[in-house]
Amino acid sequence: MPSEEDEMLHAMGLRNIDDLFTDIPTAVRIPKLDLPDGLPEDAVVSRVTSMLAANRTVVDMPTFLGGGLYDHFIPASVRAITSRSEFYTSYTPYQPELSQGMLQALWEYQSLVCELTCMDGANTSMYDGSTALGEAARIAHRILSDDVCGVYVENPNFFGRFEEQLEDIRRLTKAPFVVGVNPIAQAVVRPPGDFGADIVIGEGQPLGSHANFGGPLLGIFACRQEHIRKMPGRVIGLTRDAAGQRAFCMTLQTREQHIRREKAMSNICTNEALLAVAAASYLSVLGGNGLRRVASENIRRAKELASAIDRIEAFTAPLFNGAHFNEFVVRSQKPYASVHKSLLAKGVHGGLSLGRHLPELENAALFTTTGRHAPDAIERLLKALREVR
Amino acid sequence: MSFRQAHWDEPLLIEKRSAPDESVDLSGLVPAAIRRERLGIPNLSEHDVVRHFTRLSQMNFGIDTGFYPLGSCTMKFNPKFTEELAALPTVGRIHPDQDESTVQGALRLLYELQDILATIAGMDAVTLQPAAGAQGEYTGLLLAQAYHRDRGEERDEVILPDTAHGTNFASAGMLGFHIVEIPSKEGRVDLQALESAAGKKTLAFMLTNPNTLGIFEDHVLEIADVVHAAGGLLYYDGANFNAILGRTSPGKMNFDIVHFNLHKTFTTPHGGGGPGAGPVGVKKPLEPFLPVPTVQLNGRGYHLDYDRPKSIGKVRAWYGNFALLVRAYAYILRMGGNGLREVSDRAVLNANYVMHRLKGVLDVPFGGMRKHEFVASASRVAAKGVRTVDIAKRLMDFGYHPPTVYFPHLVEEALMIEPTETETKETLDGFVEVLTKIVDEDPAVLHDSPHNTSVKRVDEVRAAREPLLSWRMAKRAAGGS
Repeated sequence: MPSEEDEMLHAMGLRNIDDLFTDIPTAVRIPKLDLPDGLPEDAVVSRVTSMLAANRTVVDMPTFLGGGLYDHFIPASVRAITSRSEFYTSYTPYQPELSQGMLQALWEYQSLVCELTCMDGANTSMYDGSTALGEAARIAHRILSDDVCGVYVENPNFFGRFEEQLEDIRRLTKAPFVVGVNPIAQAVVRPPGDFGADIVIGEGQPLGSHANFGGPLLGIFACRQEHIRKMPGRVIGLTRDAAGQRAFCMTLQTREQHIRREKAMSNICTNEALLAVAAASYLSVLGGNGLRRVASENIRRAKELASAIDRIEAFTAPLFNGAHFNEFVVRSQKPYASVHKSLLAKGVHGGLSLGRHLPELENAALFTTTGRHAPDAIERLLKALREVR
Repeated sequence: MSFRQAHWDEPLLIEKRSAPDESVDLSGLVPAAIRRERLGIPNLSEHDVVRHFTRLSQMNFGIDTGFYPLGSCTMKFNPKFTEELAALPTVGRIHPDQDESTVQGALRLLYELQDILATIAGMDAVTLQPAAGAQGEYTGLLLAQAYHRDRGEERDEVILPDTAHGTNFASAGMLGFHIVEIPSKEGRVDLQALESAAGKKTLAFMLTNPNTLGIFEDHVLEIADVVHAAGGLLYYDGANFNAILGRTSPGKMNFDIVHFNLHKTFTTPHGGGGPGAGPVGVKKPLEPFLPVPTVQLNGRGYHLDYDRPKSIGKVRAWYGNFALLVRAYAYILRMGGNGLREVSDRAVLNANYVMHRLKGVLDVPFGGMRKHEFVASASRVAAKGVRTVDIAKRLMDFGYHPPTVYFPHLVEEALMIEPTETETKETLDGFVEVLTKIVDEDPAVLHDSPHNTSVKRVDEVRAAREPLLSWRMAKRAAGGS
């Protein structure tokens, strides 16, 4: 019996598969790919698993890194939801009638982001917090009213400290006001919408996704109603179907690359939709109450850890006074590089060394804690810090 | 074949009954002046939340549900074993700022993947940083600009054929470059038009090959000569790489820069819109400009190289969409060099077979064979008042995701069909039979379609006229506070 490939070739009057590649000129043909032959599934799984086993995870080693990405507890329901193959094997919901599930999930994500930030509209995601900020700068440039293109403030800021002067900063300028947020912290601090923010951006990874060695991540982007037609990226809107029932679809597509081409608000096409679904699931499973508990617990633990480190003679923490969210700057008497090595030798990963980013903080590092650190992990860190020579 | 999509009158999360807000003691934790008292996120039972999203998923269509011939998007089977690998704690629970000595496995995987992608594309060096194809384009154009500037040249024109993807225009536009669009001739680049467009201002010519009509640009070496003679660079849009694996390579075709769409060619799942990954490969003269860091190997192991004085910098935080890179790496090991060539063989066979069978049913502008996709036109049924959109909506009633529609723009009433290599002849035959039947149906049935999806035809005009992007906007529009 002929194979189905042969049947198909025969139906087209062709003899072999090479007949389908005669349009590729001989001068550019290659005989084959210079790669090893394929492997059975189980061989690939063992090989990749054992290669990755050389990594030491935050489970293997108490790790006090944050700086934008955080290891929070994620309820198993979040992965159960994002593992539904109807979600993860679909693509951008170009055809709304067949894609109501993804559309509603993403619309609810937009709504939840608006609740957290007190903004009117949000898009379904940017690549990460950093590119969300880049896009915000581009919008600010488009809506600028005077010489200053825009003002950007983070709450909490890079040093983990809550920014208490948003209201005063807003009053200083009429320029577009962009606020960067940690979404979990928003559960317990007054949102940017209260302070006249035009655009809110942030790294959404803490909402139900792992750090993933830096990707994929989730760029949060929200704005006030007057700016929504300038917003980059996919946006889901509420509408009706032909029978008058509630329905959702992608909207404001004339801002986008496939319609507006070089005049588009952005070139973004593929985004981080599945992480937006994870965020919506995470926020729904925790609920407002759960999220406020997580946020307050992070503040309490960071405060306790900073005090405990500060009690060790060679260290000051937090370097900057005031209320912090889940990270803070620790200054040591010695260059931080030697502290880092000493901790690592004891199986503890210290904070983010700040010297490379900010040379004046050569002796400092940003230490982070979340609800994930068990008491013995904290104890191991403190013990290792006390033993730094 | 018949199909009925699930329909649930599933309320919004906010419409479900919420448990009351509990008070949280924030004294001593958050200064009173910035303390938040209320958060408008409902408190639901975990079971209800899982049920909510499960019902939503049942009102969604993925490639595990059915045939999804969405042209240009390469909706092929996403192997399950790569999902298992991506779920390992050694992938998810490592922080990108960890000491290099603690992430040697991750760095090794990145290093090897850089190398493998360079081999597949015939390039000399690869960055894995870009998060998606469009960001790859943006990166590639920045690299081209840096290359020209390093030689003391300021060039700001990007030439694009009229078959180019919308993202090519948008990426060039975002960087403030001028776009020179050239018309096609018989579905291919018009060499004369290219010759008159190319000149001292030419930064790059961006080309998809096979192009968006699925036609291989067979005079690609002449194209490269024209662009290079003008001092410009040749950019390969990798969206259609699935067609040529092991048959030719961008390097062999004299391209200087290429982006890969790992979510297309290397089948990382599309996630309902993302995440993807858009690595960029370059020829040697462009290597010094690649984003920082690149992954290198020396006597002490794998490390991140930031010491690259000519680098364009970073295009995003950290090193790329790692969990997707792991899946692509594992897929490539599974297929091997021989398997990847078979991928393209079957993808091209499937596309040409469907085109062959549909020739009497729809028009297929431009002659000759295709590679992994083809563009049909529904203009012959326009006379009876049926448009491409009606055919697309009607296909859903039979359990098919419609093809890409109304693109590329040079084909009227376009249906861009990409079957991919993981579909059987039986599936393809079923699709052809349904499409054949639909074209002859009473136009009224088509106009009223879809009938079997969770909602009827959606009013997209209304959504754009009064955009309601959130609960709060919807509540305000309804007259609530």
